Amino acid sequence: MTASIDAWPMYRALVGIGVGCGLLIALVYVGTLPHIERQRAAALEQAVFAVLPGSASRRTFVFDAAGTLVADTGSDGSRVHAGYDAAGRLLGVAIEAEGMGYADTIEILYGYVPADERIVGLRVLASKETPGLGDKIETDERYRANFEALDVRLDAAGEALVNPIAVVKPGTKSNAWEIDGITGATISAQAVGNTVAASAARWLPAVRRNREALAAGGQHDES
Amino acid sequence: MTNPETPSSTNEFMKGLWRENPVFVQVLGMCPVLAVSNTAMNALAMGLATAFVLLMSNLLVSLLRDFIPRQVRIASYILIIATFVTLTDYAIEAISLDLHKALGAFISLIVANCLILGRAEAFASKNGVGNAALDALGMGAGFTLALFCLGAVRELLGAGSLFGFAVLPGGFEPWIVMILPSGGFFTLAFWLIAIRIFERRRERRQTAEALQ
Repeated sequence: MTASIDAWPMYRALVGIGVGCGLLIALVYVGTLPHIERQRAAALEQAVFAVLPGSASRRTFVFDAAGTLVADTGSDGSRVHAGYDAAGRLLGVAIEAEGMGYADTIEILYGYVPADERIVGLRVLASKETPGLGDKIETDERYRANFEALDVRLDAAGEALVNPIAVVKPGTKSNAWEIDGITGATISAQAVGNTVAASAARWLPAVRRNREALAAGGQHDES
Repeated sequence: MTNPETPSSTNEFMKGLWRENPVFVQVLGMCPVLAVSNTAMNALAMGLATAFVLLMSNLLVSLLRDFIPRQVRIASYILIIATFVTLTDYAIEAISLDLHKALGAFISLIVANCLILGRAEAFASKNGVGNAALDALGMGAGFTLALFCLGAVRELLGAGSLFGFAVLPGGFEPWIVMILPSGGFFTLAFWLIAIRIFERRRERRQTAEALQ
């Protein structure tokens, strides 16, 4: 084979198309980014308001791994969303958590009201659980009712739950800190319960320690 | 180019819709066909997204067909296709987060749909812009139609609804298997059989008419 193939047209074609496509992607990215961010913010706000009934505004706080409140909301760490009523009083906090389900990681958001020491709502943000079986964690009314008044009292020191959250067999819930499982979705129901239990044990003490800072967030609302 | 049958513009469009339907006849792009046809809405959105990418890449490949040397044509086509897939991905996320979540990785995987590269290589690179656009529109419409046929049947039997609206009576017990992956295979098989029977009957009728 002779090496007389002219390479220039190939460079011209590949580089030309590459640069053109790159510019086009950059342009559309910049154009759609504000819309995408607005959609994400709206979806998050809707979820926060859903798990904290009665809230009218929200503000995001970030905790570092040790459970200390970090001033900069843009930094890495676990995000906690404080919900305030119309008068700017702290209603509760919505906490993001995730845990391994049957098919894949389940991402949830739950609402905690420090004044009542109860979890008052839970929403599944993302799950790939089996349709018709595992996805009952999202659709089963009786299961969802578990999280409308779940007892999560902290001990006197404020460091641990008095009664650890436990998932029990369907229909045997007898205490306010227990979660009734679902027939046909045993693993998914257990997974959500365990995720809430682990997250609550870790984050509720941190929320209590920083209650003043969280409550102060509603006074000068970002508007 | 002299074809045995001179291609008319309606012919370029209709061949993708029925005679050379990418799903029901060529059986191409099975991965998204089986994976995201669990509801009518997902199927329609996936079909339209694929049709858009197909149209844009066919147009560009046809426009640039004298500019792209043979040796680097596949790399160039993939570059063009990947660009429009990325744009579609951003657009869908900007339009609806829920839809973007439902379609998931399958939007990005449009780039690997052999239907699109196939049309670029077999048709757009050898034909003018007008015919390439008609070919893409026909194939895109055929792909969308086929996906919708699967999605509608699966949602109807698997959830008792269509586009999220309950259409079957409340006493209907949904066949959950239809929205699970295996339901995709069953439904595809059912459609392929139905279309084969229909086509064979038509062929028989035509030969009978020719004999008379």
